[in-house]
Amino acid sequence: MSPPTLAVFKLASCDGCQLTLLDCEDELLGLAGRVRIAHFLEATSAVRPGPYDLALVEGSVTTAADAERIRAIRAASRHLVTIGACATAGGVQALRNFADVDEFTRTVYARPDYIDTLATSTPVSAHVDVDFELRGCPIDRRQLLEVITAYLAGRKPDIPNNSVCFECKRRGTVCVTVAHGTPCLGPVTHAGCGAICPAYGRGCYGCFGPSGSVNLPALIPVLNRDGMDDRDTERFLHTFNTAAFEEELRR
Amino acid sequence: MTHRGSRVLHVGSLSRVEGEGALHLSVHDGTVTEARLQIYEPPRFFEAFLRGRAHTEPPDITARVCGICPVAYQMSACAAIEDACGVTVDPALRELRRLLYCGEWIESQTLHIYLLHAPDFLGCDGAIELARTARGHVERGLRLKQAGNAILELLGGRAIHPVNVRLGGFHRTPTAGELRPLADQLKRALDDAWQTVAWVSGFDFPDAEIDADLFALADPGTYAIESGTPTVLRADGTLSTFPLPAFLDHVHEEHLPHSTALHSALDGRRHLTGSLARFAISGRRLSRPAVEASLAAGLGDPRAGAVCRNPFRSILVRAVEVVYAVDEALRIIDTYEPPRRPYTDVPAAAGTGHGATEAPRGLLYHRYVLDAEGTVTDACLVPPTAQNQGAIEDDLRRTAQHAITQRASADDELTRLCERVIRNHDPCISCSTHFLDLTIDRT
Ligand code: SF4
Ligand code: SF4
Repeated sequence: MSPPTLAVFKLASCDGCQLTLLDCEDELLGLAGRVRIAHFLEATSAVRPGPYDLALVEGSVTTAADAERIRAIRAASRHLVTIGACATAGGVQALRNFADVDEFTRTVYARPDYIDTLATSTPVSAHVDVDFELRGCPIDRRQLLEVITAYLAGRKPDIPNNSVCFECKRRGTVCVTVAHGTPCLGPVTHAGCGAICPAYGRGCYGCFGPSGSVNLPALIPVLNRDGMDDRDTERFLHTFNTAAFEEELRR
Repeated sequence: MTHRGSRVLHVGSLSRVEGEGALHLSVHDGTVTEARLQIYEPPRFFEAFLRGRAHTEPPDITARVCGICPVAYQMSACAAIEDACGVTVDPALRELRRLLYCGEWIESQTLHIYLLHAPDFLGCDGAIELARTARGHVERGLRLKQAGNAILELLGGRAIHPVNVRLGGFHRTPTAGELRPLADQLKRALDDAWQTVAWVSGFDFPDAEIDADLFALADPGTYAIESGTPTVLRADGTLSTFPLPAFLDHVHEEHLPHSTALHSALDGRRHLTGSLARFAISGRRLSRPAVEASLAAGLGDPRAGAVCRNPFRSILVRAVEVVYAVDEALRIIDTYEPPRRPYTDVPAAAGTGHGATEAPRGLLYHRYVLDAEGTVTDACLVPPTAQNQGAIEDDLRRTAQHAITQRASADDELTRLCERVIRNHDPCISCSTHFLDLTIDRT
């Protein structure tokens, strides 16, 4: 039996999530021995056509061409997993969804007429069916390995849906909100990073997006108590997972 | 395949670069009339949505421009905003920032050497294929890269988009005891870095020379990484500098129809930033082990002003810079005493600030305008790849012309050569490009 094929694709993104795969220094060669890397432009010039057993997609859909491309990728892939906040929630570039994109284009480019872009940055799931969404900006290396291993073994990935707070407790980090009054999105943010920010003395800024069952409106008075006015709170929620937190607020 | 007649070639996306893009080559009667590196990056609009954010936010936000060099974005943003607010950061904290930046240099330069560039010299598709015949070499590369990531993880919290950076310094600074285990890993890495120099020195280097102006920061007394004065070395050997706030008076960006990245020129001439430029401009300030590495690599004596203008040999210069960064990281850890406070306060102030640092692939400039509350009212980011694009295209045109004149190269050979030329420059296309397809038009 030939080994399963793995493909990695990129839409609008910073390349950080696919770099996470190359940052698995201890596991990379072992993994490469178990799968056939059929498409991964950052790593290899060898490109093979689909179908692919597992496709990892980084980045959000921001052009008509990419909307087409993601449909072709879906059609060629048995399992499609999105990696990162861009692919699962539109990423930082989704800040355009709340602004005037023509004005943005005029601000950044001397010749806006050369620019071809959609007015929105949308997650992959807004265009095609997705088998699994891995969160994070960037994703966590251990979670990525779990997802790949799970799909190779034909089971569901074991990625808990709880919040960063759980990880702080497990790590034994003193709560920055309770102890220091530091504004923190940990209670509403998806676990996965290992609660890095509180361990470094800062509040979570939500780079993994909303966790499974959150009560976002209940957190807002706490943020206000810790010194954030409405504008601060709005910016705090509107950064790397702006579209996802917005959805939670409207819920 | 025709000869001399008109023909068009379509070749797949360029690989082993950071990001994706396209190349268009026009050949008319044996003469390369045009070489364009096409940059299709879907616009992500950072400069637009930074407006209205608090002055504390650009370091975290601009990190997301590039997952390969987030520290560079964080450091240039901090430098520019601290400048706008008139704050000078405590020297002990600046050393720690330099340590973090060394981590990114080690990680990113090693990634380029082993995973992206070396396979070109060894005739294989990538490092994973290379590992089948030269596993030991690839394992050494991964180990060395991991040492860079270890610095980023300890000091920054994680390797990609570190969370511990803030205006004025860090959220939390490590104790001397926390840094110590890094020293052991870095001593091993120094060995690996040396062996990297020995390994890449044995590669075959085609002849080539670029005539662009070389452009890098220069710092008195040290190899410039996290600060310095913009310095230009002309092909005729003349050196000149200008103050950082004058950056945009000298580096002009132009928007061409074939690319969403902006093209720039330095005083109207093509320029190149990155390893070759740094080595030429700051080589005299390399540490002793790095000077020895440079001599061993056949690059000449940087203390005597050695300059390397062959882009194929940039892999040697990167290897020397890795030796330097590992050695420099060890020096900082050896002399480390925890600063009194993890950060210098940066209270909001109205003003315009400029910041530039040396990203692994070249000079990265940021400028911010703040109002009295510290809200960003204007932002400007000039990444290295956008600056290098003109020089890369010139290099492509020249190399393709040379190959055609010499032996009317077959299309696939020419394609491979052009891809190598692009990879020589380590372009971070993620900050500027999206999709790369090679088209050769022959008429
Ligand atoms: S989610 Fe974040 S790290 Fe991943 S590609 Fe997008 S911007 Fe980069
Ligand atoms: S603590 Fe929050 S902001 Fe920090 S890395 Fe984890 S999810 Fe991201």
